[in-house]
This record gives sequence, C-alpha cells and structure tokens, in this order.
Amino acid sequence: MPRISITKTPKAYVGGKFIRSESGRVFPLTNANGEFICNIPQCTRKDTRNAVEVAGKAGAGWASKTAYNRGQILYRLGEMMEARSEELAQSIAITGEVSLSQARAEVALSIDRVVYYAGWTDKYEQVLGNTNPVAGPFFNFSVTEPVGVVSVFCSDHAPLLGLISQVLPIITSGNSVVVLASSTNPYPAILLGEMLATSDLPGGVLNILSGYKEELLDTFASHEHIRGSDLCVSGDLAKQAEVLAAESVKRIHVRESDVDWTKDTAQSLYAIRNFLEFKTTWHPIGA
Amino acid sequence: MPMITSNNSPLKRLLNDVGPVDQVAIEERVAKFATRSIKKASKLQGLNLAVSMVDLTTLEGSDTPGKVASLCQKAQHPDPELTTPQVAAVCVYPFMVKHARACLGDSNVRIASVATGFPAGQVPLRTRIQEVKQAVKDGADEIDMVIQRGLFLAGNIQAVQDEISAVVEACGDARLKVILEVSELESYDKIRAASFLAMQVIRPGDFIKTSTGKTSGNATLANNQVMLEAIRDFYLSTGTSISMKPAGGIKNSKQALQYLVAVKETLGDAWLIPERYRFGASSLLNDLLMQLRKQQEGVYQAPWKFSDASSGY
Repeated sequence: MPRISITKTPKAYVGGKFIRSESGRVFPLTNANGEFICNIPQCTRKDTRNAVEVAGKAGAGWASKTAYNRGQILYRLGEMMEARSEELAQSIAITGEVSLSQARAEVALSIDRVVYYAGWTDKYEQVLGNTNPVAGPFFNFSVTEPVGVVSVFCSDHAPLLGLISQVLPIITSGNSVVVLASSTNPYPAILLGEMLATSDLPGGVLNILSGYKEELLDTFASHEHIRGSDLCVSGDLAKQAEVLAAESVKRIHVRESDVDWTKDTAQSLYAIRNFLEFKTTWHPIGA
Repeated sequence: MPMITSNNSPLKRLLNDVGPVDQVAIEERVAKFATRSIKKASKLQGLNLAVSMVDLTTLEGSDTPGKVASLCQKAQHPDPELTTPQVAAVCVYPFMVKHARACLGDSNVRIASVATGFPAGQVPLRTRIQEVKQAVKDGADEIDMVIQRGLFLAGNIQAVQDEISAVVEACGDARLKVILEVSELESYDKIRAASFLAMQVIRPGDFIKTSTGKTSGNATLANNQVMLEAIRDFYLSTGTSISMKPAGGIKNSKQALQYLVAVKETLGDAWLIPERYRFGASSLLNDLLMQLRKQQEGVYQAPWKFSDASSGY
C-alpha cells in the first residue's frame, strides 16, 4: 500500500523549543524552478523580543560554565552535525543554487569551524587577556567578559557556513545569540536547530529565527537588551542599523552581504574578540 | 478511623447553598480573555491602571529595613522618566510595617501587612489576633490574613468564619484581605464556597484574595474568574461590594491586562479602581514600567534599567 508522504513543518528554534511565529505567518520556500518546497515561519519583532528575553535568561548560566565545559559542548555540536551531515548537505542544495557536492563541502567546512571554535573556548583568554606592565607594587590585569545578548543577521548565500562563521565565535566566549537565518534558504538553519537541541548547548543560548531583514532590522538593532550586533546588511539598511544601534551604544559590526566564508580569514581569534568587554583591574602585590 | 460524615455536612450545605461552578465553562470563558486586542491608547491606559493597582510585595525571610525602604521609594516613584501613578500599596511582613511607615510617612501609598501566621495560618487564634493588632498599631492600613485551610477542608467551616469575624474586629479601621489560598482548596466549587464564607462576614470594601504566593499554585485567570463571579453574585443578592486581589504568578503586563479584561467583563467599570481590585506582585511592576517605557520611547528596553536583580546579562 502506498504511504501518505510525511512532510516536515519547519519551525524556529527559541529557548530550546521549536516554535511557530506568534503571528502565525509563513512564507514559501521555493527551488530555482519556482517549485514549492515548504512554508517557513515569518518571525516578527515580538518573536524577536521573546527570543531576546530567553537569551538574556540563558546567557548568564552559559557564561558561568567553565571554558573547558563550553568547549566540550560545542564539540558535541560538531558531533551532532557530523552524524547528520548528508541531511544538512541536501538542505543546502534544496533550492538548487549550489550542487550537492558543493553543499557537502560547505557542511564539512562548517563542522570543522565548529571544532575550531570549540578549541578556542579555554585559550582565547590567555591570548587576549594580559598582565600589564606597571611601575609600582601592583599587578594590573586585563581580563575579558562576554558582552551579553548579541543579534545576528546571516548572509543569504552559504546558509550554513555563514551562520556558523558568525555565531560560533560569539557563543564561544559565553554570549548568547538571537540569529536571523538566511532569507533565501533558511532550511539548513532550521535543521541546525534540531541538532542544537541534542547538543547539550543550554536552550536559549542560540536562538534561530527565520524571516525578513527589512522587517526585523529595527528590533535587531534598537532593542536595548541586545549588547552587540553582527549584521550582514548593505546600503541604506546598514546605515539605518548603525544609527539605531548607536542609541543604546551597542557594539555593531556591519558586513557586506557577499562575504566569502570559505576563506581561512573567515575564522579567527578576532571574531571572538569582537564581542568581548575588557575589564582592567589593579591589585596590590602580596596582598 | 471512619470519616465522621456529620463533620462534613456543614461544608456540603454551604456548597449546596452557593451552587456549583461549571469547570469547562469557566476555563473556556477565561481562554477568551487572552484573545482581546488591546492596543495603543487603551493599552497605555490599561498599563497605567495596572500600576495603580499593584500591591508591591516583598515577603522573604531575608527582608531588611533597607530593602523595604527601597521598595517604598519605588512604590512612590515607580519611574522617574514616566508620569505613572503611584502603586496602591506596599505589602510586607508585620515586623517590617514600622520601617515602611517611617519611609512612607503620610504618603498616599498604603501599607499592607500579611498577618495571622502567614502563609500556613496554623497558629492559635489568640496569637493571630495579637499579630493583627500589632501590625495595625505599627501603622498598617491593610491586613492580609490567611484562612486555616485545614479547618475548612475538615468541614469545620463555622470555625473558619468565626476566625475571619474575629480578625475583622481586630482590624479596626484597617481594611482586610482574606487569603483563601485557592491552590489548597482542591476544586472550583470549594473556592466559590470559601469566597462566600468570607464575604458573609467581611465589610464592604474588604477583599478576598487568591493566594499567598508561597505554595505551588498561584492566581490563575480561572480561579480569579470563579472569585469574580462569586463577588458578582454576592453583590446582586446583597448589594454589598467586595473587592478582589489575585496574587502570585502575575509576572508580566500581558497577564495583567488579561486580568483587567476579566474584571471589566465580569464586574464592570465600577471594579476597575484600586479600591476594588489589586494585583499582589513583586516583579509585575517592573514589567509594566518596561512596557510603558517601550510605548513612550519606541524601543524595547533592557531589564537592568528597572532596578531588576538581573545579573546584568
């Protein structure tokens, strides 16, 4: 007997739960020939607000885990992705913009990048922090702290590698993230949510929304609880983002949308540094 | 030992007198309250009204005079950037009443004190009465008493009513709020019965209140609705207006607006004043202020701007 096909309802991943948009809205995902694939949740500013709230609650616990433990958890995310790498590759190729073999290469590079940042969790402090030279009987230390909740707009191309390259350095140091997936192909990000759910990463540390940048830019840049933004936007939107972010003095990094995520320079210690605060402390010697 | 059925019969009689609650109908009804669309001006009005109805509460073993002082400051000036009303009252333990009075002086913010062996109420009547008198003497304007749920559930409802009467007397001019602790009353029918039991002996303007906030269950739209309807039915049959205070678990503006919708649609505008309706809450005020600032400034706010004990994250 022929089976009735079981299709999946793609959902956003917020606070460790899979949710629809509070608005109930969706937009169709189509392939290169214009054929319908599935409906994607079109998240709103209220969804963003809710995600920021849970990110704020989850962040403190994530940041207080030992650096070593954060590394273990991120490495496990790599393990989860490796086990489902073919599924991820197919989700990248689903719109027909890249071939399956190109998609497989993107997945492999994404997993390697997760492992790269998993390795940095207990090392970046030793490189970026410092014992500063002073002329007196004091120590002077500079140590780092995560900034808090960070908002991210992904680039539209490289829907998995781009997201990983932007988000991983941010959560490595104990920040939490609200990310808007690629608008042209959010499907790999939605699949990634399912892997996050089984990766030991506490719910709420990484929240994945889908929707449109034009609609969400205002909230992603202006929300005062968000302490940093890493946004792939260009032109007028980029300017608008910087103006809005300035109001609450956020750290903002605006990137052109056509970043080449495959380059070696797309992963670095400095990507971690972008969303750190430095705290410098004097301490008397011997006390 | 077999149940002594004669002990249960006064409770059964009371349940019979006040009539049953239709559980399905109540729960369907309150689910609808969440669907009202309240935007812009009406939302602003609702948020400000909710601020004026807050009993700003701190009931912790770790309360200090300093903490109560900052609570009183917040009660009088909820937000320097906004033109919000003051809250209705601060709600503290009896030991803190004199500290609150010292901070508030003759301010319009009232002082409510929980008393009568809060939260369990398992204390002899004589000491409970003494506690009430001392709180009033120290400057409390309102007394939040708890009923002895054990007596009620054992069917000894006359004793419960007598205790409430005795506390009414001990209150003098202070207003009384009778906490039924609905999470321990087992059913909507018994919540309704306990509401009537209290309403029969308290004075017009006194309150019935859902919860202590110290048990696993809190105020919900459903048990709030059961009590609002009891107040309505009591008003229609006796002409006496009893006030209402849900407490515990009301943490955000959206919930507060839903409770106000319930009041509006059950009892009408006459009950939409702080003398007739209160919210017992500690974290609600900050969320109300956060939404009001959002309405005023147009951007979502960060929790650390509202004296929230967040870790700064």
